[in-house]
Amino acid sequence: MKVELRGITKRFPGVIANEDVNLSLNSGEVLALLGENGAGKSTLMNCLYGLYRPDEGEILINDQVVDFETPGDAMVAGIGMVHQHFMLVPVFTVAENLMLGNESVSGPLGVLNLDDARKRINDLSDKYNLPVDPDALVRDLPVGVEQRAEILKALYRDADCLILDEPTAVLTPDEIAELEKVIRELADSGKSIIFITHKLGEVMRIADQIVVLRHGKVVGRTTPEDTTELGLASMMVGRDIQLVVDKPEAEPGAPMLEVRDLSVLDDRDAVAVESLDFEIRAGEILAVAGVQGNGQTELVEAITGMRPALTGSIHLDGEDITSATPRELWTRDLGHIPEDRQADGLVEPFSVADNLVLNTYNWKPFAKGILRDSPEVRSHANQLVEDFDVRTASIDTHAGTLSGGNQQKVIVAREFTHSSRLLVAAQPTRGLDVGSIQYIHGRIVAERDSGAAVLIVSSELDEVLALADRVAVMYEGRFSGVLEGDEITRTRIGLLMAGRTVDSGDSSETDTPEPPTQDPSADGNAR
Amino acid sequence: MIDEDSPGMNPGLAEAASGEFPGEIENGNSRTPRWRKFLRSLKVPALAIFSALFLGGILIILTDTDVLWAWARFFNDPMRALSRSWEAVWDAYSALFVGAFGSLSAWSETLLRATPLTLAGLAVAFAFKASLFNIGANGQMILGAIFSAYIGFTFDITGWILVPLALAGGVLGGFLWGGIAGVLKATTGAHEVITTIMLNFIAAFLLAYFLTTDTFLPSGSANPISKNMLEQARLHRFISGERVDIGIFIAIAAVALVWWVLEKSTLGFQVKAVGLSPDAAKYSGMKVALIIALTLAAAGGLAGLAGATVVLGATGVLTGGVIGNLGFDAIAVALLGRSNPWGVLAAAILFGGLNAGAVNMQAETQIPVDIVIVIQALIILFVAAPDLVRAIYRIKKVDTEEAQSFTSSWGSS
Repeated sequence: MKVELRGITKRFPGVIANEDVNLSLNSGEVLALLGENGAGKSTLMNCLYGLYRPDEGEILINDQVVDFETPGDAMVAGIGMVHQHFMLVPVFTVAENLMLGNESVSGPLGVLNLDDARKRINDLSDKYNLPVDPDALVRDLPVGVEQRAEILKALYRDADCLILDEPTAVLTPDEIAELEKVIRELADSGKSIIFITHKLGEVMRIADQIVVLRHGKVVGRTTPEDTTELGLASMMVGRDIQLVVDKPEAEPGAPMLEVRDLSVLDDRDAVAVESLDFEIRAGEILAVAGVQGNGQTELVEAITGMRPALTGSIHLDGEDITSATPRELWTRDLGHIPEDRQADGLVEPFSVADNLVLNTYNWKPFAKGILRDSPEVRSHANQLVEDFDVRTASIDTHAGTLSGGNQQKVIVAREFTHSSRLLVAAQPTRGLDVGSIQYIHGRIVAERDSGAAVLIVSSELDEVLALADRVAVMYEGRFSGVLEGDEITRTRIGLLMAGRTVDSGDSSETDTPEPPTQDPSADGNAR
Repeated sequence: MIDEDSPGMNPGLAEAASGEFPGEIENGNSRTPRWRKFLRSLKVPALAIFSALFLGGILIILTDTDVLWAWARFFNDPMRALSRSWEAVWDAYSALFVGAFGSLSAWSETLLRATPLTLAGLAVAFAFKASLFNIGANGQMILGAIFSAYIGFTFDITGWILVPLALAGGVLGGFLWGGIAGVLKATTGAHEVITTIMLNFIAAFLLAYFLTTDTFLPSGSANPISKNMLEQARLHRFISGERVDIGIFIAIAAVALVWWVLEKSTLGFQVKAVGLSPDAAKYSGMKVALIIALTLAAAGGLAGLAGATVVLGATGVLTGGVIGNLGFDAIAVALLGRSNPWGVLAAAILFGGLNAGAVNMQAETQIPVDIVIVIQALIILFVAAPDLVRAIYRIKKVDTEEAQSFTSSWGSS
């Protein structure tokens, strides 16, 4: 299907989200839409998908001008979208989910015809090599398979143009490779595909044409043959950037965090972390890698006082902090960048200024007794917004309206205002753009060099490679391996993430050992 | 409603804006002057009131047989039908207005009714700030009334001590009653809507029980009416011949206090943080359970004070129906006032005025008082459905608080 956007402009009060954007895409082509957070990628796709109506410009499908009032219209026209956050009903089976809203029924009473759906799904699965069990409950599916079901859902509605919104954000390296193959096959069978991302590596591997957006405008059109990752990154941020974190050798001191025999339960009372033993020394970064959901969240919550430990102990600089509250930990110089920044890190309807004192609001000089001191809070906020380059209209802006990168900067600014002895950062750069990642990585390394023990939890291999002095890979609640120095390679971490054990020296023959500082944000600048 | 998009819907836009369009940001909602924000916040409630009065007018026309007769002969004399309708509505509403605000004694009656509505409205609004829905203002008022009535008819001491003591007793009664729901919520997670509703029933029957005991009843009486408050326990009436008492000043002081707590104190900061994002509050080291328990208890204290102003003020005596439905009207007042303390005061005066004026309206035009109850209900209906008001009057949604991303909740159909 041929899709064309001509002169699309979309304005929101006070902001132009898209300005005179032109795109054209033929059948069988993969177009990568690249840009920083807030560049207008999603707005543009929402225009194409009928969620927004552009203020100016027109959309052409197979050279016919179309006007979508709702996503329903777009679907009828053959456009399918796979959202970043999946839109499947967890307690329904795959077949039920796929036919939802488009049910095939039989008989006068409209009885659901699941057999029919199953057959169509199996046909589609075979045709596009997307194996899925139609009778599996969605909640039991691994993320990668769930995504396959989402893609099938679009195909089930005869989509000829597929929009994939950051599809690789939640996948393991293996699943990403799998998805790239699927995308290629779909394109070869004549589908046109628009792929929203800010991971440069993927773009280079699978795109036929690349369109780079910045501040709502197209700033570059190119193909993988004509550019490099570095070139794309510069286009995205609008200046030359360095893809390497400037990270001197670690100079570890005495053990700062000691975790002994730690077990933690998850929300369903299953053991999520099982008898974990490790330590982090002052001036050292330990990165915990692993596919999400292998106990990393619970580990972080146990250390930061958000979740009780089932067994074992946690010591910070010799003091027992196993059952300390978040407030007590804060007074003992724990900095914590939480995994879910919107739920845990910010009160979104509060102003930026209030969020910057979220854990110090009742301390001098921000409060005298129970009276809050607004001038102090405001001057503090102005200072931090400048120091940390938070892009916000003002310090009174609601934190919820900031872009992801700037929200994260607010949290980082708050946590880094006081010097930490232990810094715990969970997915610190998830969903952020190159510029923000570079900035936050630099800050984390600086924190290490000033003598803090740093625990990074990341499902992003490139982030782990960029920051870690040591890497622990978590699999089903345990460390499946701890790597150090030259042992830290992509392949090894990948194997350990999949739960396989790595005998030292075994796989290294085929490995090209990569120094940990190389290529940090190349394709890993986002979740 | 494509036009109702706002920057709040797309988290990314703020960043794009700050980099590229610094000029436009000056007009962004974060820099809007206070008074414009204030006017903007009045728009929906004002239109809700207008819409309710409009529909109320239609009801008045429908209940007036003379007017209906004129309409039956509409084709003979259309002007007559219209003018009779206009007259009926005009007469009714002007009688309502005169009865509410048209004279000193009208103001006295209005403010007298506004006093408990303000205090109990604050009780609901304050809990709203912590995302707690306090349906229990009625029960908390009853407990406040019981406590302060007991003090008010028992201790024969000087009024300078007795009045504050009785008021404090009212606060304590409500505080305990709200605190029960608060502690249950904080420790067991029991939903406050359920517990406060149940506590309302318990409070009502507790009052009924007390009104059978010798402690509360005058000796020899079996009527469920308590002893009279001591003369010096009554709230001072500061206009001779009028019923309004110093309760209204207590209510205004409470409004100022609640505003101060919410806007200026660290306690209010915590209450709002817990209400808007309990996870972030916990992560920041706030004691979420304690804040929840305290908020409901404090809300109860405000309602208890409302109960105290009723028995120490106009009624001067404790009866089974002394609180009536005031605690439920208070929910309406809090909604109309959008949980803002000063908004609650304004809404309470409006409701007080409608109630006071209704009496005059019935006396002068024979239109039943019930019409006013319908109007109040319609106001709440419109306030509770702001999108309906916006749709009727084609207002664009601008405040970011209410903007929400529909892409995130958008389903798979």
